[in-house]
Amino acid sequence: MSLAQPAQVSKVVREKKIRKGVHPAIIFVVWFFALLWLVPIVGAFLTAFRTFDDLNEFGLFSIPHVFTLDNFTRAWNTANLGQFMLNSFIITIPSLTACVLLSSMCAYALVRFRFGLARPLYMMFVAGLMLPFQMLLLPVFKLSSQLHIYNTYWSLILIHTAFQLGFCSFVLRNFMRTVPPSLFESAVIDGATEWVIFRRIAFPLMLPGLAALATLEFTWIFNDFLWALVLIQDTHLKPVTTGLANLRGQFTTDYPLIVAGSLVATIPTLIVFFGLQRYFIQGLTVGATKG
Amino acid sequence: MALASRRTRSANYQTLALNRFLVIFSFLAVPLGLYFVWVLWPTLYTFYLSLTNWDSFTPPVFAGFENYKNLFSDPEFQHAILNNAIWILVFITVPTAAGLALATVLNNNLRFDRFLKVAYFLPMVIAPVIIALIWSWIYLPQQGLLNAFINLVLQLLKTIGFNVDPKSAYSIGWLGDPKLALVAVMAPAVWRQTGYVMILYLAGLKTVDSEVVEAAKVDGATGWTMFRYVIFPMLSPVTTIVVVVSIIDSLRSFDIVNVMTKGGPVSSTEVLANYMYVKSFDDNRLGYGAAIAVVLFGFALIFVMMYLRQVMAQEDEGTA
Repeated sequence: MSLAQPAQVSKVVREKKIRKGVHPAIIFVVWFFALLWLVPIVGAFLTAFRTFDDLNEFGLFSIPHVFTLDNFTRAWNTANLGQFMLNSFIITIPSLTACVLLSSMCAYALVRFRFGLARPLYMMFVAGLMLPFQMLLLPVFKLSSQLHIYNTYWSLILIHTAFQLGFCSFVLRNFMRTVPPSLFESAVIDGATEWVIFRRIAFPLMLPGLAALATLEFTWIFNDFLWALVLIQDTHLKPVTTGLANLRGQFTTDYPLIVAGSLVATIPTLIVFFGLQRYFIQGLTVGATKG
Repeated sequence: MALASRRTRSANYQTLALNRFLVIFSFLAVPLGLYFVWVLWPTLYTFYLSLTNWDSFTPPVFAGFENYKNLFSDPEFQHAILNNAIWILVFITVPTAAGLALATVLNNNLRFDRFLKVAYFLPMVIAPVIIALIWSWIYLPQQGLLNAFINLVLQLLKTIGFNVDPKSAYSIGWLGDPKLALVAVMAPAVWRQTGYVMILYLAGLKTVDSEVVEAAKVDGATGWTMFRYVIFPMLSPVTTIVVVVSIIDSLRSFDIVNVMTKGGPVSSTEVLANYMYVKSFDDNRLGYGAAIAVVLFGFALIFVMMYLRQVMAQEDEGTA
């Protein structure tokens, strides 16, 4: 009897939890705003599949008379969207790879060797996360021209790698701290060098953290605008963000084309987000809550 | 004999220390080198540049505090500061309250809650530039989504019998009217930020101790009391992060302003991040731009310190 009672109580509580629920009015409000939140995206989507004339003649809220892929093909061919997308990948993939590799080394050193500078370095990375880009914009611009990498992919790859290194090291270092040190110490006794321990033990252990980071960093680097604006001048080298902003200058009145191009440019980040949603959200919240 | 062995032992220690240093160095040299050259040094160098009259054509010449003196008598700069202040106020209230409310509701395992979460979170995945381009289209007076919708509402009102002119909807210039532009530019930023805050609070709610909640329930706490006196205080570390991140994000707001209005019309949407860019790269007054960056940095620093304190507190808690 006395043993059965707690089980019964918790059962009642659980049932109560499910039954209690949320007031229907609140649910209605949450749904209303959720749909409202989607309006800009759905509206853009519908516009992109219609022709300029159709929109002009019958208005935005008319039933489409023609459905067309014309805006997409024009964005891809005439407006050079394909090249912009390719540039974005050429910049994002190496930055992401370098950043993740280097920061995993950094995180390993910060956790494994308890040297005096470990904490100040960690604090520097944390402070660096919050740095406004404007604060380093001009010297980086100057440095890139002095190193003759201004207006090349390299300038963007280097600054993205370096800047994001701070955030990645911060996250991975916290991730590494959950690994018991005895794991590494026993490997030392077995005669493994630090680099072997890093490659065989630490790096594989970091992989879940790396996945979360990589999804987040992919969207950040891919979506960057300011650095591309300052460091890349040639149109054929521009990533899709500055490329599209540039297009708007050229095709001022042709908004279905711009909207179609914008939607295409969002596809890679959407794939990453929907494919790796769990990791993405883990990455985002990692700085905010412990563990 | 004893001396000699001690000497070799200390020599051994030295080589050990050297080895240890070399190993640490081999891990840190490349990442820290990159970080120092491309992040730390540029940050410091901006302070120097702010004291020069650099114009990008000739080498920077030291000019003392002239840029700062000019800043204080620059009406556009004052406008930018004011707008940044408004931006911060809106950002720490509207998306924070909305995000917290959404997280509290969506934490109850509603039906289709995954869909709801994705709907709110989706703008966060889209590049700010693309958000700016899409919203620029939404705000177009003649062909934009918003005025078309207002027109529809006015038509409805007219059929009911109100004396309104539906066509007048198309004359609202959301980005062209200095009175409307700031709100119009902030709306997509809020649209983007709300989902982010929601996700942070959802993660925070998962860490709320359910035993404490149950205990409060036994003591008779329900609904608002429960939220106000039990759950919200337990979320305070998340709230600190949310507020700091919101402030930093509003100070960083560049993409949306630059693409949608470039700070205009008549600097009604000017913010420090955009003003710094415009002065540096459109007017070629890079020294002046650096001074604006330093001011921006100063504001950010206050809140970064708050964040650092929070992280350090968590850190000490973790090691204890």
